[in-house]
Amino acid sequence: MNVRRPMKLMIVDDSNIMRRRIERSQQFEELQLVGTAGNGVEAIELFKRTDPDVVTMDLTMPRMDGIECIGQLVALKPEVRILVISALADKATAVEAMEKGANGFLNKPFTDRQLNEAFAELMR
Amino acid sequence: MLHEQELKTFVDGTTNFFEVAAQQPASIGSPYLLEGTPAVHEYTGVINISGKREGVVFFTAPKAMLTVLLMKMQENDFSHETMRDLVGEVANTISGNARRDFGREFVISVPSVLSGEKPELPHKPGLRSFIIPINWRSHSAKLVVSLT
Repeated sequence: MNVRRPMKLMIVDDSNIMRRRIERSQQFEELQLVGTAGNGVEAIELFKRTDPDVVTMDLTMPRMDGIECIGQLVALKPEVRILVISALADKATAVEAMEKGANGFLNKPFTDRQLNEAFAELMR
Repeated sequence: MLHEQELKTFVDGTTNFFEVAAQQPASIGSPYLLEGTPAVHEYTGVINISGKREGVVFFTAPKAMLTVLLMKMQENDFSHETMRDLVGEVANTISGNARRDFGREFVISVPSVLSGEKPELPHKPGLRSFIIPINWRSHSAKLVVSLT
């Protein structure tokens, strides 16, 4: 029997409210939360320890922003799937994130439905 | 002079947060002009703006409003830090909207958060502020736009 292991999820956001909201709202049994980080530096340390398959990434964060962090995570694991969740709603930012290796972009604020659709798209 | 469309961008950024995050839209009261720095509520998210225009935009809300907003977001932590976090997220949304609509002519800072009833708010002498009441459920907050 072929049993698929769940994909490991890491949430990166400097807002505790947003981290908890993403954690509560995602409804995929295939995703298993392995940790949360509040900035890019913490995210890279956690990434090395937990080896996630899927990452949600805020962009505006202290110490290291999301754009730089995406580049470093992709260098560590090119197949990682990254969903940017940010209030930065301009096209130039979205393009920059995609060029660094992000796979999806969701604007804050978001509904549960929008989040789950973005996850579904990311894991397709 | 501040254009109506510019003001609308800031207002839409604020009301959009309530509509999406709390699934309950906020309404706008009658805007008015004020000389000097307006009184603020317990929690204030501030965005500094430079470039084509100079000044600040801030969202200030009472603790009671933020508590109900957190409840509507299914949050169960109502600590001081969570209140600061929430008002920062509202300011973040206003900032994101402004970047999208104004492009690179405006340089918009990462939001900062102030708390307490008499925080030190940045204000240019002689500059008037647009005050836009933001009404949600039985509570009222203020969006303050103070730009050259």
